[in-house]
Amino acid sequence: MWIPGASLLTKFLLPSPLLVMANPFTEYYIVETQPGSNSLLIRVVGDGGSISKGKICSLKARAVLIDMEEGVVNEILQGPLRDVFDSKQLITDISGSGNNWAVGHKVFGSRYQEEILEKLRKSAEHCDCLQCFFVIHSMGGGTGSGLGTYLLKVLEDEFPEVYRFVTSVYPSGEDDVITSPYNSILAMKELNEHADCVLPIDNQSLFDIISKIDLVVNSGKLGTTIKPKSLVTSSAGTFKKWQEKPFDAMNNIVANLLLSLTSSARFEGSLNMDLNEISMNLVPFPQLHYLVSSLTPLYTLADVNVPPRRLDQMFSDAFSKDHQLIRADPKHSLYLACALMVRGNVQISDLRRNIERLKPSLRFVSWNQEGWKTSLCSVPPVGHSHSLLALANNTCVKPTFVELRERFLRLYKKKAHLHHYLQIEGMEESCFTEAESSLSALIREYNQLDATKSRPVEDLPRLSVAV
Amino acid sequence: MEIWPAFKLLSKTRFGKQLGVWVIVQNYNSILTLSHLYRSSDALLVHENDAVHKICAKLMNIKQISFSDINQVLAHQLGSVFQPTYSAEGSFHYRRNPLGDLMENLVPHPEFKMLGVRNIPQMSENSLAYSTFTWAGLLKHLRQMLISNAKMEEGIDWQIRPPLPGLPSLSKMSLNKELHFNTSIANLLILRGKDVHSADLEGFKDPALYTSWLEPVNAFNVWRTQRAFSKYEKSAALVSNSQFLVKPLDMIVGKAWNMFASKAYVHQYTKFGIEEEDFLDSFALLEQVVASYCTL
Repeated sequence: MWIPGASLLTKFLLPSPLLVMANPFTEYYIVETQPGSNSLLIRVVGDGGSISKGKICSLKARAVLIDMEEGVVNEILQGPLRDVFDSKQLITDISGSGNNWAVGHKVFGSRYQEEILEKLRKSAEHCDCLQCFFVIHSMGGGTGSGLGTYLLKVLEDEFPEVYRFVTSVYPSGEDDVITSPYNSILAMKELNEHADCVLPIDNQSLFDIISKIDLVVNSGKLGTTIKPKSLVTSSAGTFKKWQEKPFDAMNNIVANLLLSLTSSARFEGSLNMDLNEISMNLVPFPQLHYLVSSLTPLYTLADVNVPPRRLDQMFSDAFSKDHQLIRADPKHSLYLACALMVRGNVQISDLRRNIERLKPSLRFVSWNQEGWKTSLCSVPPVGHSHSLLALANNTCVKPTFVELRERFLRLYKKKAHLHHYLQIEGMEESCFTEAESSLSALIREYNQLDATKSRPVEDLPRLSVAV
Repeated sequence: MEIWPAFKLLSKTRFGKQLGVWVIVQNYNSILTLSHLYRSSDALLVHENDAVHKICAKLMNIKQISFSDINQVLAHQLGSVFQPTYSAEGSFHYRRNPLGDLMENLVPHPEFKMLGVRNIPQMSENSLAYSTFTWAGLLKHLRQMLISNAKMEEGIDWQIRPPLPGLPSLSKMSLNKELHFNTSIANLLILRGKDVHSADLEGFKDPALYTSWLEPVNAFNVWRTQRAFSKYEKSAALVSNSQFLVKPLDMIVGKAWNMFASKAYVHQYTKFGIEEEDFLDSFALLEQVVASYCTL
């Protein structure tokens, strides 16, 4: 959950069958439950708790919410989801990190290490089978960026066997936080070294997607209506209000991303995929673990009743640059691997047909010409018939990193605002130069791969054996 | 050695893309699995998902093929082999050690352990009502399926013939050229159904089908049982130790090798204790298997 100027860190532990995402501002919430109860009313599994007056009781999110300011967390605790999170899962401070990675990482990191560890351990104990951690944070600020990445190291040391999936919001070009390039690049080094898988997101792309949905909704041509009983609902109003509070709708998209990512591990299907399989199949080299994501159809991300278009269109759209959650064009770059995670009423033959159809227009690296990983979950998102999440390990992520480095260098050359960082104990200029090297090395890897793009695919000489 | 020699069944998922199943590291998993199984098993019975898929589509006429359809075909193949058979011609005692007998018949040399199954007939219930079978017809098709390496009775290449005696065997060509004629080391024919003793087996005793190191009398065996199998009045299964897997195996090894040479995904394995050495050992073993079968 992101609000301008502050960052909130939320982490979910799986694999409880219930995944609850909170949007603290307008009472939107997304709930998915065990198969069979595909509606907003929650069938409580276990101790027979219930819903009373539309509030969720006796269900607890396996999450730890961390923020060095109190505002956002307090709002959650006053909202309809207050019973989903309890105080044992919160870590807050008062003054925030001042948009300073060093404060988040070094100061708050050491101050809260014990408390974080304790709360993590407690949450983890409740899991029957701990598959992975999701860390959701932003890169441009101080807390999400600094403390969020500090957390990665803690997770790696304490739970080395458990995968670390990170959803990172990268700053857009016109970020109002001046020091966001510093924060982002310092955070990138941590992501390079301590994350198993990163799903980069940027606000501009989310905003564009929301705008597109709005266009469809307001055009009226397709007879769109707001669903009365659907995934996202609120007493406060409908999707039309998104202009006033765009972050709600934008957060909604990311919530859907996580739901789609985990649906195959939570629900039945003919081709299930656990979260560790994502890392296994999509990360051919440890450093290249950045996955560009797209969610289609768009209307599954909102509360709208659009007559379903052809199924094949859903697959085509997944590869269009307009549907990616960061600024990226995978179609015109090089694929190392691609995962298609389908939900709902889709057959394996539909999958096969669409992959064969789209393959010729996509470029895969020479040693992974059939680099597809697929999963099929029979339970669609609530209120819809099918959806698709595409995860691409693709060199199209490179421009984001190149821009980041450029923005960093512009600031760093002038030594602007550097003293705010260097005055923190443990911070030296070498932190910056190392972070920049780390990013440059990553960019070089992508460049090397891109250089192979136009080479013809050749078989390498095989081992020869005596007969 | 145990009384029941270890006999591992291998159900492969390579070329699973026909089914819409993609696993990116499947070639690595395949070569690692195959090489380990090759070392530790007495024989390997290999099924190809693509072939099974084609059977479902073409012979069984299934439009939307599900995993349960695939499994049905596989079960049919296994059942046709492992249902009880009489232990000897004219005997009414069932074979007590089918696995052992199968092994004895089909694996004369430990270097050559790849076995495959072909069945005839295979069709949907609807088609069955309109078909009648003769042993002559069934066996003629089955023989051609063997030598042309066809997986089912549709689309058989009837042009492929055994090499003439005295001429260099086609199968001694290098893998670069198309392997047309499928040379067998040994074959086991299992016949079930009506008039099973009237079936003429001469076609399978032709020395041209086999390598030179076994006489057909040793290379070819038959098990006959009057009890019909499944819904087929007459049915035949052919378990062969032949070159049938050379091309598919070669393709998998090639793809895995390309990936390995780029070191892609190797870290995913080394973090669980599989070293590069283990990969290389697997490659070496399988290249040996391919080369050995190629030069039959």
